[in-house]
Amino acid sequence: MWVFLATEVMFFGGLFTAYIIYRNFYLSAFEAGSRLLNVKIGAANTAVLLCSSLTMALGVRAAQLGKKKLLITFLVLTLLLGLAFIGIKLGLEWRHDYLEGFAPGVNWTFHGPDSRHLELFFCFYFFLTGIHALHMLIGVGILTTLIIMAGRGRFSPQRYNPVEVSGLYWHFVDIVWIFLYPLLYLIGGRY
Amino acid sequence: MVGHIVHTRLYILVFAGLIGLTALTTGVAFIDLGKWNTLAALAIAVCKASLVVLFFMHLRWSSGLMRMVLLAAFVWFAILVVLTLSDEFTRQWTPVPSNWQARMQQNIR
Repeated sequence: MWVFLATEVMFFGGLFTAYIIYRNFYLSAFEAGSRLLNVKIGAANTAVLLCSSLTMALGVRAAQLGKKKLLITFLVLTLLLGLAFIGIKLGLEWRHDYLEGFAPGVNWTFHGPDSRHLELFFCFYFFLTGIHALHMLIGVGILTTLIIMAGRGRFSPQRYNPVEVSGLYWHFVDIVWIFLYPLLYLIGGRY
Repeated sequence: MVGHIVHTRLYILVFAGLIGLTALTTGVAFIDLGKWNTLAALAIAVCKASLVVLFFMHLRWSSGLMRMVLLAAFVWFAILVVLTLSDEFTRQWTPVPSNWQARMQQNIR
């Protein structure tokens, strides 16, 4: 799993590098774009995701101790928090950005000297958060499988590897968001 | 194959640290520090990621092999960023001879 996560670092790394370069080219547009995002929702979603990481870690601990009910409880909690994150991200934020006219190619109504560069920032925003949301959805699928397996009593203190490894994946997706949050929402400054 | 079992209190403590750092990074963004804003945001993000990796992902109690894999990932990422940026930043250093422009135009035609 660690090796897979290393390849994932490269996958997101390419996107981050592209972001660094274009931010360097069009600094003012990227800062302006960053200020257009809702920092309150961004911070709230960060907290939701961190909570889900805590419940996942506690879930792995329950699996290590062989506590089946506790394991299922924590896995369900993680699943719900993950779904809450995706709901806030796609249902609230993306919808709002779309209606405001900040969706490049679909609904772009911003006109100004920096319009094209601002569009580029929002391309990065939608692509990075979209790829991250896709990872979250895969995580939701993994968690559902784990809950079913745990319900059937497949795990024991001697055999809980699937839980441990899925936990690593879930925490990795959390880490990606830890970097996305400042890069997208905070980097423009809010003063 | 029971790995290291972490005390619940430690997980809660790490979680509290993560939430505190999130509040801190959000707060710092509202203060004008000039160039230091970006640096502060990234430094806090690195701290948060380290907390997750070390405690939630159990790297603190993992074998050297796991650490090597993580190190390799970061070295490769550093190569990607450093080489790409060193290309970007140094493109203007060598001047293009004036007659090249005309030649390139001819070649295109």
